[in-house]
Amino acid sequence: MLSLQRITKTFGGVTALEDISFNVESGAITGVIGPNGAGKTTLFNIATGLYSQDTGDVYLGGQNISRLPPERLARLGMIRTFQNVELFGQMTVLENVMVGLHTKSKSGIFSCAFKLPGQIREEKTIHRRALKWLEYTGITDLAGMTAGSLPFGKGRLLEIARALASEPRIILMDEPAAGLNSRETMGLAGLIKKIRTSGITIVLVEHDMELVMDVCDTVVVLNLGHKLAEGTPRDIQENPEVIAAYLGDG
Amino acid sequence: MTKSQRDIIIFTAFGLAVMITPLLLRGNYLLNVFVFIGINTMLAVALNLLLGFAGQISLGHAAFFGLGAYISGILTTRYAFDPWMAMVAAALCVGVIAFIIGFPILKLKGHYLAMATLGFGIIVYIIFNETVDWTGGPSGMSGIPNLSLGPIIFDSYMTNYYLIWVFTLLTMLLSVNLANSRIGRALRAIHDSEVAARVMGVNVRLLKVQIFTVSALISALAGSLYAHTMTFIAPASFGFNFSVELVTMVIIGGLGSIYGSFLGAAILTLLPEFLRVFHDFDIVIYGLLLIVMTIFMPGGLIGGFEALAAAINRRKEA
Ligand SMILES: Nc1ncnc2c1ncn2[C@@H]1O[C@H](COP(=O)(O)OP(=O)(O)O)[C@@H](O)[C@H]1O
Ligand SMILES: [Mg+2]
Repeated sequence: MLSLQRITKTFGGVTALEDISFNVESGAITGVIGPNGAGKTTLFNIATGLYSQDTGDVYLGGQNISRLPPERLARLGMIRTFQNVELFGQMTVLENVMVGLHTKSKSGIFSCAFKLPGQIREEKTIHRRALKWLEYTGITDLAGMTAGSLPFGKGRLLEIARALASEPRIILMDEPAAGLNSRETMGLAGLIKKIRTSGITIVLVEHDMELVMDVCDTVVVLNLGHKLAEGTPRDIQENPEVIAAYLGDG
Repeated sequence: MTKSQRDIIIFTAFGLAVMITPLLLRGNYLLNVFVFIGINTMLAVALNLLLGFAGQISLGHAAFFGLGAYISGILTTRYAFDPWMAMVAAALCVGVIAFIIGFPILKLKGHYLAMATLGFGIIVYIIFNETVDWTGGPSGMSGIPNLSLGPIIFDSYMTNYYLIWVFTLLTMLLSVNLANSRIGRALRAIHDSEVAARVMGVNVRLLKVQIFTVSALISALAGSLYAHTMTFIAPASFGFNFSVELVTMVIIGGLGSIYGSFLGAAILTLLPEFLRVFHDFDIVIYGLLLIVMTIFMPGGLIGGFEALAAAINRRKEA
């Protein structure tokens, strides 16, 4: 589904990623773990077109997407969430999810301003589908709240609802459990599995090892911009290099 | 009652109030003030689409207003264009100009965008003053013909009032529609988080240019209407001060609120009528108003009213 090939990225003198390659299997949950500063978020930023890599290529379903901007990638079915939760803070929860349906609708400025019949129909569909995704993620009762005033855990759920609304083929989640309490994390694990069951490929950057080991099919370990290991959760847990990176001074 | 039903009721009530207002006003002086409120509302709503929705500042909107006025004026007085045709031509011209300059200008953010639009406004203002053969220079251009529709000529205060307000109401209605659509949401999304908007598939760069173009085009229409109702125009109406005044109207009324823009426009049009000192210190007073509003009422007057209504509701429930 998603293939990263020999990605290198430097910021000034800092090498954030060096020669990173791995494949994300269609329909699977791939975990990307590693200590802070390992380059996980940078990897997501490159895959989703926010940053451009120095060298290397990214393929989505066989298509080279290395130079495509994020808005194009969204249309190709790749969507992401953010480590620091990027909601549309002044809009309501429902409206946030409605923006998620942007790629699923097409009315332009003219038909929106003049409320042409096609636009009215489309608006109804957007509204109905957005409600469906609120229900799917269990935040229907917050629909009218301003997104900026949500408690953190609910904000994370809203970001996932918004991402799902675009009906992606693949969803990249950057530390979705960060800042959640254990009950919320359990709920999140259930949600991630439910998303996988619906056929969506998932890439999960996460610190919560329990969550990673619970839901992931494959795990890639990064450390200081290098790929340290790749394998099943069990392999990774027993890999001495990984243990050293996490427990040692890496 | 759904939101869109409520929108229709509010708009209808507002429209009716606008339509009967002239019947209650005594004298041409007040009627003329309300003509100006109409033009300023149209301009403030246009700027609000850019500033309040998409969150992009323009300190040069008076230039689009002026370009509309001058293109209309020149086409009708020198080339014998029909005023309606001149209006359409002016709007299209300004739309094209805005679209072309929009791409480089809207790459800029915050202060840089403010400076670039300010620069554009100043350049256009200088052109109005210096191309004397075309514009009449600082002393202005007179003899611009009135608009007419069949037997009706829009040359009296009363006819002008209805002419301007039909366009203003239409601008407000279309803007309210836009606000509650996928485009309106995408614009507000850009305002809140450009990165997230892009990732959700919004073509941020293009949409910014599009709304900038629409905003400029409406401003040009207001300019044409102004030229054909006043029949006389001079550069002084289209300078930096007026650009700042427009921004003040939008912020006082409330960013992103269409009816707020009307309130802001009304207040800033009426204020100088009451305060004679205003003319010498207008820019100082706008500055003070902006500071006071952003500190004490960041949601503008409409935001303030909403907060007040919510507080009253809470007290009732308690
Ligand atoms: N925009 C940026 N500018 C400069 N350095 C950056 C930028 N983004 C990330 N880095 C650097 O790249 C390295 C990897 O960061 P990041 O990808 O955020 O790590 P992780 O998400 O694994 O914690 C860090 O050293 C970080 O300081
Ligand atoms: Mg990170």
